Amino acid sequence: MSEEVKEQSQNANEFIKGLWNENPVFIAVLGMCPALAVTNTAMNSLAMGLATAFVLIGSSFLVSLCRNIIPKQVRITSYIIIIATFVTMVDFLLAGFTPFIHKELGAFIALIVVNCLILGRQEAFASKNKVSLAVMDALGMSAGFTFALLCIGIIREILGNGSLFDFPLFGDGYEPWIVMILPPGGFFALGFLLLFFNWYTQWRKKRSGEKIFDKNVNIDQ
Amino acid sequence: MGSSESIFYIFISALLINNFTLSYFLGLCPFLGVSGKLITAFRLGLANIFVMLITAACAFVLNTWVLPYAPYLRLISFIIVIASTVQFVEMAIKKLSPDLFQALGIFLPLITTNCAILGLALFQTNKGYGFWEGMVYALGAGGGVTLALVLLAGIREETRIMNIPKLIEGTALNLIIAGIISMAFMGFAGLFSS
Repeated sequence: MSEEVKEQSQNANEFIKGLWNENPVFIAVLGMCPALAVTNTAMNSLAMGLATAFVLIGSSFLVSLCRNIIPKQVRITSYIIIIATFVTMVDFLLAGFTPFIHKELGAFIALIVVNCLILGRQEAFASKNKVSLAVMDALGMSAGFTFALLCIGIIREILGNGSLFDFPLFGDGYEPWIVMILPPGGFFALGFLLLFFNWYTQWRKKRSGEKIFDKNVNIDQ
Repeated sequence: MGSSESIFYIFISALLINNFTLSYFLGLCPFLGVSGKLITAFRLGLANIFVMLITAACAFVLNTWVLPYAPYLRLISFIIVIASTVQFVEMAIKKLSPDLFQALGIFLPLITTNCAILGLALFQTNKGYGFWEGMVYALGAGGGVTLALVLLAGIREETRIMNIPKLIEGTALNLIIAGIISMAFMGFAGLFSS
């Protein structure tokens, strides 16, 4: 029984790790190309996040399943072939069911295959852990990635277009800040978000540091 | 005259207007990671041009003779053929010209399956370029990546001797500098009227 509880908490840990503490975009700064290229609207960001999630979860599952079969010397090549297979699947699925999204994202769907986040997770985690943990890790990482993309996409769409998910927010009087939906806006939005995260981690460290300091004072007295 | 004009247009468009790094966001990992020193950035840029030329040739061969029969193998075959050709050329260079290998060699594994390289192959396919058009496109795109790398590295070298707040140091500052460079490059969009 306790074994089961322990396993569940470990699974939850892997999930939360990807979402917040080791967020792939904000903390580890991985997968930058899609994070900036297709985040000009919230809808595109969500589609890109979900497509990446599908590839990441699928390939983590398969890599973890085959981890004892794949020889060490050709492991990177094998991972890339597995990832490329899933990306081809997503490419055809999107082209078949949601052609308008496929047209918006264009070549960037195919470019999921070189997203360093996915190959990084296979090498660092899925190839060393059992299937359930690997899938939990992939779920957490993709949730974190989608969350980060949505953050950037929402900021850029609100500022650059005055709307959210194509729903106008401010009425006709709003003068859109066009540069935010153009390429430089991607750099600015992510730059300022990273700045905010730096500030937040520092603020939290400072606060917990003060608490420890207070305790020490109490003990001395 | 028409043909040479369009080749010139392809080159300038890939170099300045649709710069791979600054307007397509391709190859950002080396752009942010290896742009600390000017000379290193320049050599990485040269290695990029080199790999892109090989990529354009490989993509042309695959598009003409292999992929019409099996379109679903596009991604897998691009990656495998590009990676192995680069590896092969790397070995040849190591034998023939150790000096050149010293200058470019360490970067080759880093950029072989980088998004800029695969992106070049995919865009070239989408635009339906022939062999020479593809080579010019690769030259322009590689030159554009080099230009962006050198610009960012030059500014970063200057920022090292400045007094910068601790909070913004690192990736956040680099991204904002890149944004400003990218904004400057938007000015090139008016170079061609059509």
